Amino acid sequence: MTGSDLAAAATAGMRRGERPRLGGRLFSLAMYFAVGLALISLAALIGQTVVKGSPSLSIEFLTSYPSRINPESSGVQSALVGTLLLIVLTAAFVVPVGVATALYLEEYADRTKWWNRMIEVNIQNLAAVPSVVYGILGLAFIVRGPLSLGPVLLAGGLTLGLLVLPVVIIVSREAIRAVPPSIRDGALALGATKWQTISKQVLPGARAGIVTGLVLSLSRAVGETAPLLVIGAASSPRFDPSGLNDAFTALPIQIFTWTQDPNPAFVDKAATASIVLLAILAVMNGIAIFVRNRYEQRW
Amino acid sequence: MVAFDQVNVVDESEGERVRADLVRARSARSIAEGSIRVLLMAAAAISIATTTAIVVILVRESLSFFSQVPLAQYLFGTKWTPLLAGDQQSFGVLPLLWGTFYLTGIGLLLAIPCGLLSAIYLAEFARPKVRNTVKPILELLAGMPTIIFGYFALTFITPKILRGLFGVEVLQYNGLAAGLTLGLLVIPTIASVAEDAMRSVPHSLREGAFGLGASRLQVALRVVFPAALSGVVAALILGASRAVGETVIILIAGGQQPSLSLDPRISFQSMASFIAATARGDIPQGTLKYETIFVVGFTLFIVTLLLNAVSSRLVRRYRQVYE
Repeated sequence: MTGSDLAAAATAGMRRGERPRLGGRLFSLAMYFAVGLALISLAALIGQTVVKGSPSLSIEFLTSYPSRINPESSGVQSALVGTLLLIVLTAAFVVPVGVATALYLEEYADRTKWWNRMIEVNIQNLAAVPSVVYGILGLAFIVRGPLSLGPVLLAGGLTLGLLVLPVVIIVSREAIRAVPPSIRDGALALGATKWQTISKQVLPGARAGIVTGLVLSLSRAVGETAPLLVIGAASSPRFDPSGLNDAFTALPIQIFTWTQDPNPAFVDKAATASIVLLAILAVMNGIAIFVRNRYEQRW
Repeated sequence: MVAFDQVNVVDESEGERVRADLVRARSARSIAEGSIRVLLMAAAAISIATTTAIVVILVRESLSFFSQVPLAQYLFGTKWTPLLAGDQQSFGVLPLLWGTFYLTGIGLLLAIPCGLLSAIYLAEFARPKVRNTVKPILELLAGMPTIIFGYFALTFITPKILRGLFGVEVLQYNGLAAGLTLGLLVIPTIASVAEDAMRSVPHSLREGAFGLGASRLQVALRVVFPAALSGVVAALILGASRAVGETVIILIAGGQQPSLSLDPRISFQSMASFIAATARGDIPQGTLKYETIFVVGFTLFIVTLLLNAVSSRLVRRYRQVYE
């Protein structure tokens, strides 16, 4: 082989080597574009909401009732109160039921039995059911039908509770599973009963994980519109719900009502209400992060 | 209250009494322990009862619907006008099914490339610092209430992006904006789940490929991506199923007019958005209109259940097991 042959082979090799490099560069560009698009969309989403919504954000906005005629004096008090009460109601339903189910599946259930496997598969499937279908369940089972509560606050809380129950069960199970078996063995060896072991060792150990997951699930419930629309939450009521059996609305419903208004000033109000909703979600996420960092057990 | 701390004195000289004591000791506590077990089991039964209630309600009202409308008209009819009267009334679900899948398809056209490229970038190329910043931000996008996406589609995507930036002549309520926004909604879902799948591919595979002289890109595309394929497919189906069940984005931005058309510039209605649009009015119980909510709900329920089943099947079938 002569020297020029070698050189030719080397350049050919380099040229062959160039193609993946060019492809690689294009691919890198595509990747940056993809990530950039996602980030820019998020920025645009928040930006649009803040730009359109912030001019009418004020204390009066939080403390006045929605008006159908005058956008200036319209506010979200009834929706804000409704959303806060729904959080409490949903939590009151979902905490005992969700944690108890998770405890049953993790600490008691015998996996070889078909009914326990059925419960697990069922929970996985329930988590994938679209939220409108929970609305239908709420409408036909809670608002009308067997429970016949009417479109009231309690019905809203129960519907959202059923909606987030599978998620709460799944996150609670993970938190309970994270408590090492040696803790249980230690308690049992000291003569504790099964329930003493669970209530004094397992639950305190899993508490931070459960609370974090719970708050995140509740923040999902807070943003839900479809099920509340279907069960018939009131649109723009000029009163707060005075009890469990009172008509109610929530922030997403109020936002929806305003987006449907032909008057653009009301559509801007939807953005202002969205800021309030985002603020509530930010607080809830903050609580979740705080609990996780402050109370998480390291084993 | 049953005493938990009951002390049992065991007389060692008499085997029979020992056994009797042990039996009694167990029974004293087992009432409390057993009732706790029953309580927890009852809580677990609530989730079974929920599923049962959903199925019973959907099936019962659907049966009552099909006693008045032939199944063939529902499944193959091309006009969905249940709220009109007389001759104008028609119960063909195809426009709603089409609306659901067409808008989901538009969304996935955007979300699949973006989601997967983001996932590959985050899993294989991004420095840890970048990944730990970008991933939580993407998850923030996933946690946004969909009502805000709907508002965004109506007030930004349609007027500013579609009409302004691209000059597309769309109606105020159009399928294109709704579909693209559905895509934005599911990008983080796809990216996050696919990234988890790729990161769970063991390092030895990457090191082996690098050792054979593969470039970073080759490792990502020819080693890691195929090895994570089951998780990637699960991510895509999860995204699709989220888009199929999404309601408010389509309700707000897509319009409330069912169409069986390929033109994305006009209004569309999906199964979910029909349900939310119709159930809002106080439709009297027992009427055919009331029952349409349940038939369509049942159809949607079956579609998402099928998507879920396919996804978990694929995951199980193609899962590569590494030690």
